[in-house]
Amino acid sequence: MPEIIVCLKQIYDLGQIRIDTSKRPVTEGSARKISDFDKNALEEALRIKEKHGGNVLALIGGTKDAAKEALAMGADEAFIYQYTEGIDPLGTASILGAFIQTIKYDLIVCGEASIDEYLFQVGPRLAQALGIPVLTYARKMELKDGDIIVERELENRYEVSKAKLPALVTVTKEINQPRIPTLLHILGASKKKIIEMSPMKPEVGVETLRILAVEMKRKEVIVKDIEELARAILSEK
Amino acid sequence: MILVFSEDDENAFEILGKGREIADSMKSELGVISFGNDSSETFFTCGADKIYFIDIAPFPDHVVEVISNFNEQYKPDMILIGGTKLGKEVAPRIAQRLGVGCVTDCIDIDLSMEEGHLVLKRLVLGGRFLASQRLLRKPQIATIPPGRFEKKMDKTRKGEIIKIPFKPVESKVRILEIKKKAPQELKIEEADIIVAVGRGLKKKEDIKLIESLAYALGGAVGCSRSIAADLKWLPEEHWVGLSGHKVKPKLYVAIGISGQVQHIAGMRDAKTIIAINNDPNAPIFKACDYGIVGNLYEIVPKLTERLKKQV
Ligand SMILES: Cc1cc2nc3c(=O)[nH]c(=O)nc-3n(C[C@H](O)[C@H](O)[C@H](O)COP(=O)(O)OP(=O)(O)OC[C@H]3O[C@@H](n4cnc5c(N)ncnc54)[C@H](O)[C@@H]3O)c2cc1C
Ligand SMILES: Nc1ncnc2c1ncn2[C@@H]1O[C@H](COP(=O)(O)O)[C@@H](O)[C@H]1O
Repeated sequence: MPEIIVCLKQIYDLGQIRIDTSKRPVTEGSARKISDFDKNALEEALRIKEKHGGNVLALIGGTKDAAKEALAMGADEAFIYQYTEGIDPLGTASILGAFIQTIKYDLIVCGEASIDEYLFQVGPRLAQALGIPVLTYARKMELKDGDIIVERELENRYEVSKAKLPALVTVTKEINQPRIPTLLHILGASKKKIIEMSPMKPEVGVETLRILAVEMKRKEVIVKDIEELARAILSEK
Repeated sequence: MILVFSEDDENAFEILGKGREIADSMKSELGVISFGNDSSETFFTCGADKIYFIDIAPFPDHVVEVISNFNEQYKPDMILIGGTKLGKEVAPRIAQRLGVGCVTDCIDIDLSMEEGHLVLKRLVLGGRFLASQRLLRKPQIATIPPGRFEKKMDKTRKGEIIKIPFKPVESKVRILEIKKKAPQELKIEEADIIVAVGRGLKKKEDIKLIESLAYALGGAVGCSRSIAADLKWLPEEHWVGLSGHKVKPKLYVAIGISGQVQHIAGMRDAKTIIAINNDPNAPIFKACDYGIVGNLYEIVPKLTERLKKQV
């Protein structure tokens, strides 16, 4: 029965991030949530478990709240660690990789990207670090005779590909609709264990010098009628 | 050396344009890796000094192996990889193997050498913020999305083709089947005029209205994520935004699109943005040059008729 690991990142609710007077982002006071595609990854892991049995371990960069949500969705165990702002995917992959190397696993599922950073990096890096095959951009996946078979969404084609377990898959938002835990599940999950990982000093490859709000310099003219709109279009065309 | 790789030729040509500037400013050489590809001469025309040619298909496992080995032999200062789906898989894998950082979807590279380093820019936090970053070790690796930089042609340029050997590695992934998507002529990044539609549209058949306007303007049809991903009224090629295609046309007409940051992130570089929306408070009106408040079903047909007379 497959041992499945899902990697989840807790992020700030992007809509709640404010901009200070020097155009820098202010995250204080913003709610935090699990990055959208990571819930798709967890959902897919749970569906595989429902079909084949096994165990789903959630490996979470974030707080207990995120762990509770993952456990309520159906994960069997949750390991958490706090990642520092500004850590890059080289660091994240080395932390996750070092931990995963100490346990037995068959399948790792990640989101294709975290929706705050949109890096598309941690999944492929982790697979590379562990020396296992990676199947990116999965819109369908299934386990069959010790292989993972995935339908990958690429620019102009879908590719059905196969790899031997252990393997890592990154999923798209379109792969499924993540379940919403019921009250019963939320209560049930309070009995499950949340384990804090010991902190590690990660390597870094990228230094962020500054983050500033993107300026929009637009005319913002509201026109009154179609004639005016047509003239604006023709003059700018 | 600055090394460029993209399996998408156009993307490679564009990156060579920027790569040439970087190589010149660093008095360095510009190389390109070509996998079983025959557009050789154009690589020179677009700025490459050297083409490293390898006669195999660019499967991810191969690309990772070839570029990692190339790094060992030639020690490039920087590796710029196409921001295609393949590129975004192999770039972090190569970076991990070499123990270095990687900047995904880099939209600009600042050559002013702030504190002696190249500064790479990318959008973060849902596309509302621009991060300036530097890569701490060599090779500096970044992916560059299609349509970002201008291709610069100089027909007089010549260069050298070097064949590189390949020790076959067994790919860990086997392709069982390839299902082609319906052939799409469209490359939305290349359109000068884009007429884009969002959830303001009530049903699939009404896309006709948008197509007529696009036709009258000689432009392509684009759409928000909802239309391509959730409703599937248009194929993915039309999808503009943070998770879709990033475009910079001369004219972008957003119809029934609310203007969420993730959509804006894909089209904010358009020269002129026009918005048609029935909600005067829609955020798109803060991101447009000209806007009209009203029902698209009334405005679009009339506008199309009006523009047909002119064009
Ligand atoms: C990680 C992530 C990535 C994303 N990436 C993208 C992306 O790449 N691209 C993208 O587009 N979105 C993306 N989104 C989704 C984005 O947040 C918005 O949900 C989406 O852009 C909304 O699409 P819309 O404007 O078509 O629909 P809505 O937000 O529903 O807007 C519809 C608009 O139409 C107007 N309208 C309704 N009826 C009419 C009418 N009769 N006449 C005129 N106007 C009318 C309404 O006033 C409204 O403003 C992403 C979201 C996430 C979380
Ligand atoms: N700090 C983290 N902790 C756990 N998983 C992560 C973390 N960061 C990224 N991931 C996983 O890697 C995927 C890709 O993230 P990214 O490379 O940041 O776009 C995410 O969808 C998660 O599955």
